[in-house]
Amino acid sequence: MKKYSLDLITGNCGKIDPYSIDSYIETGGYDTVRNIFAQDCENIINEIKKSDLRGRGGAGFPTGTKIEFVYKSDITPKFLVCNADEGEPGNFKDRFLLENDPHQLIEGMIIASYAAGISKGFIYIRGEYNKAIGILEKAIEQARQKGFLGKNICGSGFDFDIEIYSGAGAYVCGEEFALIESIEGKAGRPRNKPPYPVSAGIFNKPTLINNVETLSTIPFIIREGAEKYTSVGTPTSKGTRLVSLSGNVNRRGVFEVPFGISIREIIFNLGKGIPHGRRIKMVQLGGASGPCIPPEMIDLRLDYKEFENNGLSMGAGAVIVIDDRHDILDILRNIMVFFRHESCGKCTPCREGNRHILNILDRFIAKTATEKDLSTLESILNVMTDTSFCGLGQAAPTAILTALKYFRYEFLLGIYKEYEIKNAV
Amino acid sequence: MLLKTLNKEARKSENILNALLEYQKSKDTNYISEEELAQLAEELGITESRAYSIITFYSLFSTKPRGKYIIQVCNDVPCYVNGSTNILEELEDYLEIRVGGTTHDGVFSLERTSCLGCCNMSPAIRIGEKIYGNLTKDDVPRIISEYRRKYYEEV
Repeated sequence: MKKYSLDLITGNCGKIDPYSIDSYIETGGYDTVRNIFAQDCENIINEIKKSDLRGRGGAGFPTGTKIEFVYKSDITPKFLVCNADEGEPGNFKDRFLLENDPHQLIEGMIIASYAAGISKGFIYIRGEYNKAIGILEKAIEQARQKGFLGKNICGSGFDFDIEIYSGAGAYVCGEEFALIESIEGKAGRPRNKPPYPVSAGIFNKPTLINNVETLSTIPFIIREGAEKYTSVGTPTSKGTRLVSLSGNVNRRGVFEVPFGISIREIIFNLGKGIPHGRRIKMVQLGGASGPCIPPEMIDLRLDYKEFENNGLSMGAGAVIVIDDRHDILDILRNIMVFFRHESCGKCTPCREGNRHILNILDRFIAKTATEKDLSTLESILNVMTDTSFCGLGQAAPTAILTALKYFRYEFLLGIYKEYEIKNAV
Repeated sequence: MLLKTLNKEARKSENILNALLEYQKSKDTNYISEEELAQLAEELGITESRAYSIITFYSLFSTKPRGKYIIQVCNDVPCYVNGSTNILEELEDYLEIRVGGTTHDGVFSLERTSCLGCCNMSPAIRIGEKIYGNLTKDDVPRIISEYRRKYYEEV
C-alpha cells in the first residue's frame, strides 16, 4: 500500500509531552548531541549536504552549503537565527513543530551551530505564537539544566545558548534582512543584498538563518544518516516535507509527506476531499504569495524540479483549497488586501504596486474594467516582480499572475463591454 | 521610571522591541502614548524618532488607547473561505463597534489581523493570548460574555 504520510521528523508529535525534556530524552532525544562532538565539523556539513536538504522556509536554498558558508568565515562572533516568524497565510507547520516537539528544534540548532562554529542562537518567533513561546521558554530552560545549552556542552568545550526573540506583528519580518533589522531593535525593513546574511547579518556578523522545519530535520539526518533520509522522495527532491492543508477540505492539518506525492493525493487521501460534495475551484500553493492552480492541474507532484518546469514555486508548503462557491476575483482581492497591509513601504514598486493592483481588481469585480486596465495590470505585476526590493514585493503578484494564466476568462468577464450594451439597445 | 526591570540588558538593541512590548502589555489600555514614548526612548537610550518608527511599524503596538481585551479576527484566505466574514460581522453587531473600534466600557477592541497560523481550525480569532477556532456565528455571544463577566468580576 502506498504511504501518503511519514514520520521522520514528526514522529514525536502528539506522542511526547512538549513540556518535559525527559519525555524527549526517552525517545533517544539529545543522543545525537552527545555523540556529535567526536566528529569533525566538515563531516557534519558533508552529511547534511549529502541529504540534499533544502531550506523549507520557501526559498529552497541548499542547507549544507549555507552552513558551510558560515563555517568558512573567519569573522566572529557568528550567529544562528531560527526563523519562526511564520506569517504566510495558510502555513502552520512551524507552529505544529514548535508546540509539539520543541527539543528536536533545539537539538537541530545545537548541531548546526557546532558545525558552523556559532555560539549564540536566536529563535525569532512571531508575537502571535504565545503558546509556542511559552513551550520554548520552558524547553530552553530544561535544556540548560541538563547541560545541553550553555557553557561547555556535555563536557565538549563547546558553548552555545539560545535566546527567544518575539516579533510584534509584521509579515515582512519573515524576510531574512527585515528579521535581522528587527532583532537589532528597529523597524523591520529589508536591506540590500549582497552581502548576504551568511557574511554580514546580525550586527554585520556572519549569520545562519534557517526555518524551523529545516533545523528540525537536521537531528534525523545526523542520527540516521543522509542515506536513510534520501531513501524517500524523488531523484530531484529528497526526503519529506511538511504540508499545511487548509481551506475547504474535510480534514485540515499538518502532514509530513514524501516528495513525489501529488496535490490530488494530499487533498483527497490525506484531506479526505471537499466537504458537501462540492468541487475544487482553485488551489493556492505555498501561501498568499504562491501560485493559484486550476483543478485540472492537481496531479502535479510535490517536487522542486516538477514545480520549476511548470513555472511554479513550492514556497513553505501550504495547500489552500478553495471550492466552487467562491469567486476567483474575490479571493484575489482578499490576497491583495493582505499584501497592501503588509508591504513595509520601503520600495516604490511594492508600496504603490499593491495599492494599484487592488484598485484595478476592484474595477474587474464591479465589471467596469477596460481592456486598458488589463494591460496596465499585467504591466504593474511584471514591474513589481522584476524591481521590488525584497521577496515580499517580488512574490506578491504571483497569485494574480498565475490566475491571469489559468483563469483569464474570469478577468475578461469583468471588462465592460460597451458594444454589447449598444447592441442590446 | 516606566520600565520596571531596566538594566544594562534592556538597553541592548536586541531587547528594545521586547521591552516596549512588555511595557504595553502591562497597561490595561494596551497602548503607548506620546509622552510615555518619549520617556521610554530616553530610558532605552534611543532617539524618540526611532522609538516612534518601531511602534508605528509593528501591528501589535498602538498609539491610541485600546480595550483591555483585543479581539483579533483573521480574514486571510483559509479563514475567509470558511466564513470569517460572518464572524467579523457578528462581532461588530454584538459589540456595536466597527473594526478598529473600542467598546464604550473599554473592555474590547476589535481588530483585523494577518494569518494567525490556525488555518486547521479556521475561522479563528485571538482574544488576548487565547485562540478560538472552528467558530460559528453562534459562538460569539458566549465567548464575549465570558470575557465581560471576567472583566467586571476583577473590577
